[in-house]
Amino acid sequence: MATTTITPSAAAAPRRRRVSRVRRRAALGWAYASPTGVFVVVFFILPVVLVGQMSVSDWGLFAGNKGINAPDNFTAAFAAAHFWPAIVFTLKYTVVTTVILLGLALALALLVQESNRWKNLLRTAILVPSALGLASASLLFYALYSPQSGPINPWLQSLGVVTEPISFLGTATSALWSTVFLIVWRFAGFYMLLLMVGLQGISGDVYEAARIDGAGRWQTFTRITLPLLRPSLALCTILCITGSLLAFDQFFILTKGGPDNTTITIVQLIYSAAFAGRNNLGLAAALSVIVLAALLLINLVQFRGLRGKDS
Amino acid sequence: MRSIRTRGGRPIASVIAVAAMVAGLAACSSSGGGDATTNPPGDTPTAADGEAWEGVDDGTTLTLWTRAPMEAQANLLVDAYNASHQNQVQLTIVPNDDYVAKVGAAAGSGDLPDLFAADIVYVPNWTQAGLFTDITDRIASLPFAADINPAHIDAGTYDGVKYVLPFVHDLSVMFWNKDLYREAGLDPEQGPTTLAEFKEQALAIQALGKEGVYGTYFGGNCGGCNVFTWFPMIWASGEDVMNADGTEALLNSDVAQEVFTTWRDLWEAGAVAPGSRDETGATWTGPFQEGNIGVMPYPATLLATADQTIDVGLGGIPGIDGGVSTFIGGDGIGISKDSKVTDQAWNFLAWLMSEDAQVGVLARHGDVGARMDLTDNEFSSADPRVVLVNEIAADPNSKTPFSVNFQQGFNATDAPWLTLFRNAVFGSGDSVEADNAAITAVLGQ
Repeated sequence: MATTTITPSAAAAPRRRRVSRVRRRAALGWAYASPTGVFVVVFFILPVVLVGQMSVSDWGLFAGNKGINAPDNFTAAFAAAHFWPAIVFTLKYTVVTTVILLGLALALALLVQESNRWKNLLRTAILVPSALGLASASLLFYALYSPQSGPINPWLQSLGVVTEPISFLGTATSALWSTVFLIVWRFAGFYMLLLMVGLQGISGDVYEAARIDGAGRWQTFTRITLPLLRPSLALCTILCITGSLLAFDQFFILTKGGPDNTTITIVQLIYSAAFAGRNNLGLAAALSVIVLAALLLINLVQFRGLRGKDS
Repeated sequence: MRSIRTRGGRPIASVIAVAAMVAGLAACSSSGGGDATTNPPGDTPTAADGEAWEGVDDGTTLTLWTRAPMEAQANLLVDAYNASHQNQVQLTIVPNDDYVAKVGAAAGSGDLPDLFAADIVYVPNWTQAGLFTDITDRIASLPFAADINPAHIDAGTYDGVKYVLPFVHDLSVMFWNKDLYREAGLDPEQGPTTLAEFKEQALAIQALGKEGVYGTYFGGNCGGCNVFTWFPMIWASGEDVMNADGTEALLNSDVAQEVFTTWRDLWEAGAVAPGSRDETGATWTGPFQEGNIGVMPYPATLLATADQTIDVGLGGIPGIDGGVSTFIGGDGIGISKDSKVTDQAWNFLAWLMSEDAQVGVLARHGDVGARMDLTDNEFSSADPRVVLVNEIAADPNSKTPFSVNFQQGFNATDAPWLTLFRNAVFGSGDSVEADNAAITAVLGQ
């Protein structure tokens, strides 16, 4: 009998040991995570809190914080001269860019996947623009498009394609398409690479099975490739939409929002509120908060929509 | 952000300590002067055989910020000052587009340098924000105070207090290509003296029918360019572009409309290079330098550069019935609100206004100085065009516009001024009244 009796103290000892081990493991986990945590707090949470404070304060670039004035900055933001046109333009630019960029990237990925002989050359050629910074690429295209020194118009004229020089950045439409062209040139390789990785992740067995079942090329593409590529496409879509909504460098360098204020993006609006004369950090912060909220919402919708069928 | 304040203080404090030691050693040999009251007795810093108005030259390290377009002049001035003074200026050149942001961040945290220059059209905004130290009495103490071109000082005066002195002048004048004038049968020594002559001569160059050559050119998508080149046409005609407070635009006047119509006529006649419509200002001086433009308003600072490729004729920018004017642009410079060594910083500014700097540095390198009594000097007399630029700068019609919201109204990429002249020249041409009201709405905020 005595041997079967377990004293409470004897039972508690391993449990206590187990608890302390769990505690230690948890502490170790926190220790591992803390560097990242510190970075997140310092470089994300604190700035966001500061922007939040600015957005409800009378905060001039030179004058500094003059105290709370909520909700003046937000009313001023919605009443700002180019606010609604900037939103419309940014959305338009995002849709155009995303559709063209992803379509082209997918086509390129398939092309590179299929052809064998030129595979490496093609991949390199398409990927090289991605190695260039966006600002450098924009400056390059600024020179190419320049009516003074750009080489494109003389080429086109000597080839007899056009008789009058084309004004690449001179009208609202041409400025938009010229910028879209730059972005497609710069980013097609990057998205092609992402989609290529996705394509390579699809097992050859699936294609073989489809072929045995007599599926044609188009059927294979729509029934096998596209559905199995869904996670990669989702990633690309989210990256592309978020990136386009936050477009700044390319327009700042190529068009400066012109001609006639037709290519002002929402981030440019924030920049000019802060630094181009208004010098109003409060207004700029209010615009930033609005953009942040919109981005969160859009990304939430995207995650929902793109995850939908998987689960 | 506030805690950063101490960062700027400590090096300055240690510099003062070192400076005090150096000055203590040097004190026996010098003859007094300087502003001794701010220093404890025993290690009185002194300007080497200086006058009271010269401030203090005691080996202090001064910091100076300026924007990239003024880099050449700033380097020359700072090198010359450092070579001849115990004080040493540390120059920081900031890219043009980052300058406002950098100054703004530093102003917020109390980290402004001892001295900093500012685009003169932004100065009213910055003086109103209290970024500069009051130097009214110091300017008055200069023996040659009355000879300094008043344009920049006026732009830097807010509520009767003077904050800035001229650092570098950037003036607009009329340039013409003498070779093209000869070809077109125009007098190469006589440019336009009225707005109508400007139009006639541009059309005459256009009538040559040479491939790629146009009568004139302007920054059609650049607010700052046309502030610089078109305002003088209005001033030379005896009118103004804004009211005295800079809160109301007067660009719907008959004179202003005549200026816009002149450019519109030239554009419609095809005498303006077609690149004008897209010109954001990055390359607006390029076509003239390539020899493709007959006559256009141009920055006088680029005379030496343009001379390398073109036989340049130079005159004042005319008004409707004659007269001349120029936009007295460039940068003003002042002592920042955060400087702890204002007497030493003033030493640099006082030297900047001296003959050594104005003639020995600026005029020597072909720049227009700030002293009207020194315009006729050994360097300027070598080129009659430089003398002429100096004379134009001193003309009573030459101005620096004053408005607290100037950047927002005229220079920004979404400025209503840009809308006004684009509509007036390329568009329907009948919206000047409404567009002028839009500028007033921004200026009057």
